[in-house]
Amino acid sequence: MDLYEHQGKELLREHGLETLAGIVAGTPEEARRAAETLGGTVAVKAQVLTGGRGKAGGIKVVHDPDEAEEAARQILGMDIRGHTVKKVLVESGAEIESEMYLSVTVDREAKQPLILFSTEGGVEIEEVAETNPDAIVRLHVDPLIGLQPYQVREITFAAGLSGDAAKGVGRTLQNLYEAFQKLDASLVEINPLVITADGRVLTLDSKVTVDDSSLYRHEDIAGLHDVEAADPEEQRAQEAGLQYVKLDGDVGILGNGAGLVMSTLDVVAQAGGEPANFCDVGGGADAEQISTALDIVTSNRQVRSVLFNIFGGITRGDEVARGLLSAIEQTDISLPIVVRLDGTNAEEGRQILAENTPPNVHTEETMLDAARRAVELAKEGGQ
Amino acid sequence: MAILVDEGTRLLVQGITGREGAFHTGRMLKGGTQVVAGVTPGKGGQDFEGVPVFNTVEEAARETGANASVIFVPPPFAADAVFESLDGDMSTICCITEGIPVHDMLKVSNYMRIQDATLIGPNCPGVLSPGKSNVSIMPGDIFTQGNVGIVSRSGTLTYQIVNELTQRGIGQSTAVGIGGDPIIGTDFIEILKKFEADPETECVVMVGEIGGNAEQRAAEYIQSEMKTPVVAYIAGFTAPEGKTMGHAGAIVSGGDSTAEAKSQALQQAGIRAATNPTEVGALVAEVPGA
Repeated sequence: MDLYEHQGKELLREHGLETLAGIVAGTPEEARRAAETLGGTVAVKAQVLTGGRGKAGGIKVVHDPDEAEEAARQILGMDIRGHTVKKVLVESGAEIESEMYLSVTVDREAKQPLILFSTEGGVEIEEVAETNPDAIVRLHVDPLIGLQPYQVREITFAAGLSGDAAKGVGRTLQNLYEAFQKLDASLVEINPLVITADGRVLTLDSKVTVDDSSLYRHEDIAGLHDVEAADPEEQRAQEAGLQYVKLDGDVGILGNGAGLVMSTLDVVAQAGGEPANFCDVGGGADAEQISTALDIVTSNRQVRSVLFNIFGGITRGDEVARGLLSAIEQTDISLPIVVRLDGTNAEEGRQILAENTPPNVHTEETMLDAARRAVELAKEGGQ
Repeated sequence: MAILVDEGTRLLVQGITGREGAFHTGRMLKGGTQVVAGVTPGKGGQDFEGVPVFNTVEEAARETGANASVIFVPPPFAADAVFESLDGDMSTICCITEGIPVHDMLKVSNYMRIQDATLIGPNCPGVLSPGKSNVSIMPGDIFTQGNVGIVSRSGTLTYQIVNELTQRGIGQSTAVGIGGDPIIGTDFIEILKKFEADPETECVVMVGEIGGNAEQRAAEYIQSEMKTPVVAYIAGFTAPEGKTMGHAGAIVSGGDSTAEAKSQALQQAGIRAATNPTEVGALVAEVPGA
């Protein structure tokens, strides 16, 4: 789960990181009042769950409340990479001496948290990695032992810092690592981390991603999920415990198991079709879950045919067949549905389907034939 | 021979009395697996289909000589179950549970460094050696004994491919589902090493997907260290960037994580890669001895 800048900053502040004073505004008038309260030069920053907002014109530095109101008027409602701006963060200015980069992520290969630090802040770390790789310090942390003081020193020495600046950056790193752990984050990134003219070490911009699997133990963070920013079908799927990703095509796809569904999407594309979605009904899916999945997939109006690819392991074929029939009954789906069923209790499943097959349901034996059929039916339906 | 599980496997089921644990224990017993013990805290002294249930892994291992475990406990308690299995000296641990927090798995996998055990998963279907032992949720009926090893990040894709192989009359030595999470106990390379050392395995099928760079590392290993021929398949060419495709670990985040990048690395390493699961069967059929 990605957090908005202002949400991430609030959580980081709770873990001792220092930020500039800021106020969230949803209207130009609120932005004006925020600028009045903060006083002086302020930055008006679009709150979106995507990068590149600076380049898109989503950040403006202004000098008085009039300008803040005008900036907010321009930024609110703006579309940044498909995300509509609904809120801005109005933030105090600062006199910046130097900009750095600091993040903690999960290194899948090393199976350890990875700290990245760079003396070149304010630009994408991937860019620095290409243009000036020596500016980046990489440090792995054993999660059983935690971040050690010598590791903090390695970073501050590499940055050429001394005195109060070294202490400030060191403390920031320790606090950030603690936040990474306590928040169950998969990413905490500060870019830029700045040292001000008066020696303060500040988090100017932050990105926080919290591991979805940990949300059961972070009710406060789960509550921050922006329901309105999500695609309505994706939102419904999430509430139903289904894995669903909306795509642009016209062949609706359901299956069990992420790999099999991804493969089904690929095979549909190879057959000349375009997948409308990814939908994994998951292990142990029961009739009700399947019916909800089918309903969500077909509520996308672009869908012309549905391919239902089930290979039974943990999901039992008889449950799948019953779920499919009850879904068709409940939702009154008239779209052509191609079913391919195999694996655990598949015999029973096929029998259930054979005894009750509605006219719009077509069964195929293999995955390739099923994909071809679904693509053909989508093309016919589109005419 | 087979790898990880065989006739000598004495299996302990953690979460044996839960819905999934019970269902799959029944299947594993029917498949001929020696399920010697179950563990459900608070239900010690009961039995499940003739299998004694214990309160702790330590007690179960002491009483029954269990040497491998399979875990069906819910995500909040799964890391604890893995630690209990490790401290109870299980040599092979299959964690089926999906949805374990990444930070829990970071602790588990760093504890694994100082352990002499193999953790398969989490978020995996387990391990099955046809005719020998089934420590998994895989549908045993589609397997047949033979010489093809399978290692995969996806469960149902494994079944799909096994089915294609069996229908062509090609049997399997062992199928290993290593799991779809970002942090898993055992990566491709460790399993490939075991297959390379297994005299019975004449060909290996490797099934990868988007996310991470484990396929690239495996490709390097295959090219430099393996004599056993490998046929690969990668899923997720149509996956958009930044979206989790079902598996927590299946996400395109640029660079190495795309299906194209993986497929390219395989190609550069001279590894045959199929474009769909059916083609895997056809490519394996061309390998002598498979």
